[in-house]
Formats: sequence, C-alpha cells, structure tokens
Amino acid sequence: MNRMTESDNEHPSGAPNAAPHDPSDIRGAIEAGRRHHDMGGLNAGPIDRDQHGHEAWEHKTDAILRLLAAKERGPLVRVDELRRGIEEMGPGVYDTLTYYERWIGSITNILVEKGVLTVDELGRRIEAVRARHASSPADGPEEGTQ
Amino acid sequence: MTDSSDGAFPPGARVRVRRAHPPGHVRTPHYCRGHIGEVERLCGHFRNPEELAYGRADHAPLALYRVRFRQRDLWPDYAGAVDDSVEIELYEHWLEPAR
Amino acid sequence: MTGDNGATSENLPGSGHEHGHRHPNQPDLEDGPLGYYPAMADAVAELLIEKGVFGADDLRATIDYMASRTPALGARLVARAWRDPDFKRALVADSRAAAETLDIDTGPTPLLVMENTAHVHNVIVCTLCSCYPVFLLGKSPDWYKSRNYRSRVVREPRAVLAEFGTHIAPEREVRVHDSTADMRYMVLPMRPGGTDGWSEEALAALITRDALVGVCEVTR
Repeated sequence: MNRMTESDNEHPSGAPNAAPHDPSDIRGAIEAGRRHHDMGGLNAGPIDRDQHGHEAWEHKTDAILRLLAAKERGPLVRVDELRRGIEEMGPGVYDTLTYYERWIGSITNILVEKGVLTVDELGRRIEAVRARHASSPADGPEEGTQ
Repeated sequence: MTDSSDGAFPPGARVRVRRAHPPGHVRTPHYCRGHIGEVERLCGHFRNPEELAYGRADHAPLALYRVRFRQRDLWPDYAGAVDDSVEIELYEHWLEPAR
Repeated sequence: MTGDNGATSENLPGSGHEHGHRHPNQPDLEDGPLGYYPAMADAVAELLIEKGVFGADDLRATIDYMASRTPALGARLVARAWRDPDFKRALVADSRAAAETLDIDTGPTPLLVMENTAHVHNVIVCTLCSCYPVFLLGKSPDWYKSRNYRSRVVREPRAVLAEFGTHIAPEREVRVHDSTADMRYMVLPMRPGGTDGWSEEALAALITRDALVGVCEVTR
C-alpha cells in the first residue's frame, strides 16, 4: 500500500521516524499530513554549492516584501502570509520555481486578494514590461539596480 | 514581545509535540510531531503564525519555546554521535507535558 | 524574514564553488525574453509606486540597505567576541544590545548567537522555508535554500558537514538549530589556534559566511 507509506513515520508512542522516503511520493505525503515544503528528514542528494549571481529583480522582490511588511504600511503583506502563499503553490510549482520567483508569485497573489492590485492591471502591466524589454533588452528592467 | 518570564513549561521540562496534521500554515515540522524533547528556553511571546498567515493579528501572543530533541529519538537509523541533537522553536499550543 | 538578502554574499573565501554563473533555470535578463516572474516583479513594483504604496526612493533605499548587509558584519561581531570575553558574554546573552555597541543592526527579528565549544558544534537550517540572519550575513547562499540541504541536515548533519569538508569529532555534540519561528541564528565559531595577539581585523578576515552558518569551522 504505497499510499500509506509515510503515515508509518509517526508512531503513537513517538517512536523514531521511519526510513526516509522519496520526496516525489506526493500521495504518501498527503496521507501522512506532511506538506511538500516541510521537508526535514526526507531523502535527498548531495549539496550543490554552485551560486547564481542575484539579479536586479531578485533584489527588488526582496525589497518589495520588506516595504510591504513594514508596520507603517499595515503591514500589507506579513511574512507569515508570504510563506502561506508559497506553501499553497503545490509541490510541482514550488520545486520548479526559484526562491525569489516563489516570493514575487506569493506577494502578488496576496496583493490581489487584498484588493491592492487587480488581476487586469497586472495582466496589462506584465505585458507592457515584457514588450519594453523586448524592444530594448540591453536596458534591462527599470527601477532595477546593481 | 520577547519577555521570557512566564510560560507553562520551565527549562528542562519534558514535553511531547502534539500529533496533529492540520491542512493550513503551521511552523511545527512534521518530523518532530509525536516526539518527546526537553525545553531549552522560553523565547518569549509571539503572535500565532497560524493566524497571521491568514491576515488575522487580533489575538494574544503565545509562548514560544526552543525544544531540544535527541537525534536518536527522532531517527531510528541515526548514524552520528549519541549526544547529537536538534533544537526547534515550537509554540505552546503544540506542546503537552511528557513524563 | 523567510529569506535572506545582501548582494555580496558571492565570492567569499571558503564558501566553495561560487563562480557567479547562472543556474540553467534562472531567468536571464540579457540572453532572451524577460522571464515571467522577473516581469511580474517589475510590474508589481511599478504599480505599487504609482498607487503610492511606497515611493521609488523607498524601494531604492531598501535595496541599497539590504545590499549593505554582508557576512563582514557577523565576522566583526565574532572577532570582537574572540578578543573580548565580556563582549562575548553580552553577545550570547543579548545579541541586539551587544551589536548596537558596534553600530551593527541585527534586524527586526531576535537573533540568537550559538557558541561552538570543545563539546558542541552548532549548525543552522530552516527546514520549512529558509529563514536566515539576513541582517548580519546578507542574502543566503543557494545551497542553504536547497531541498537537499533543508531535507538532510536535520537527519544526517555529520554527512552534510563532511560534504563541506567539516569533520566533527564524535565526542563533540552536533547540535542542529531548525529556525522554524521567530528567532534567527548565527554560530559563534571557535577561535583557531595560533592567533594569539591578532588584531580584530586580522581575525575577522578568517571568518567565513559558512562558518557563521556552522557548516565550516574557522581555520588559519
């Protein structure tokens, strides 16, 4: 019964967790009540120490969150809400996106939920940003730094 | 919100992490649920992330503890040293007294 | 904060294979169409500025401030602690107050400094999301946020440390700190031998980001 494998990880007496399982066993995780971001103890490979250089939009995303999480703005987006939004992306999207892609995706959804931004204006503006970039890619995005 | 004066569990108290698997946002890792550890310290009182995550902040702060678990209690095949440990921050509503 | 930050966490001594190249799945601004999420970041920033949620100057200042947060800040605290036992006690007891005496901002979240000793070696992780002491160390490295590190270091810390070239004697306890909630952590590494009389600056130059996370020790 593959679907129950992970529920064996927890024993009523608090017995040790069972042998680590495959993180791709999504059904097993669902039945065990373990959400995909909650990965402590899972099987995984060697640590890859390659480092990408952070891009301007990643610094910008980080700063947007800090500004929105500031008390003087509500906060409009709390870190807890950011995390909740990231966790709700589901395992496929979570593992496909890079760290700051998850951030800006979650921030944007929360801003829509709260009525700060509308779906329509986002759709139009994202197209405009991409069109601007296509016409002069060397300029990179506006408002970016570094 | 970092006073460390009062909480239900003093440092050294043995506590068990509740076994629960709610569907929403929680900060209690799956791998420690159902397990017994020892309170290392009270960190202070903080609002509940399980409420903050949904935009609700109008509630009393909760006691937050650091709880120390022995690795060999968590993992049957733990290959390191006997005294190796993990310390995890856990909110009071996830903890119950253990013998 | 869930994350990390600081533009300059790359190119640090002792931090391994960091050659500044992009991962294959990293959107690339120069070489093709603007990625969907980079475009979203620009769109959101523009709209929030137009709506007056914050100003372009606020955004710029925040980016610049976070870029000023680098592991050199953590290294300075550690070097001072190695030379000054009173400062070390103060740093471990109340890092915010101790850091303030050096005009260093530890950030909005309480920071706990975990001291390595002959008996204990500390290492930091956040299995749930990637919490990191951004204000003292800058943006976290990619490996810290990776599934492999987050999954494994709570279960086989000695094997993970060995991949960083760090071998902890079996009689020393390896203590993993899972940064799950409202605290952030920095490791206070052990001072290497043969550094008696060294200046604070000379000591600080030995201290790597990875030693402050606990995956490495400090060596001469």
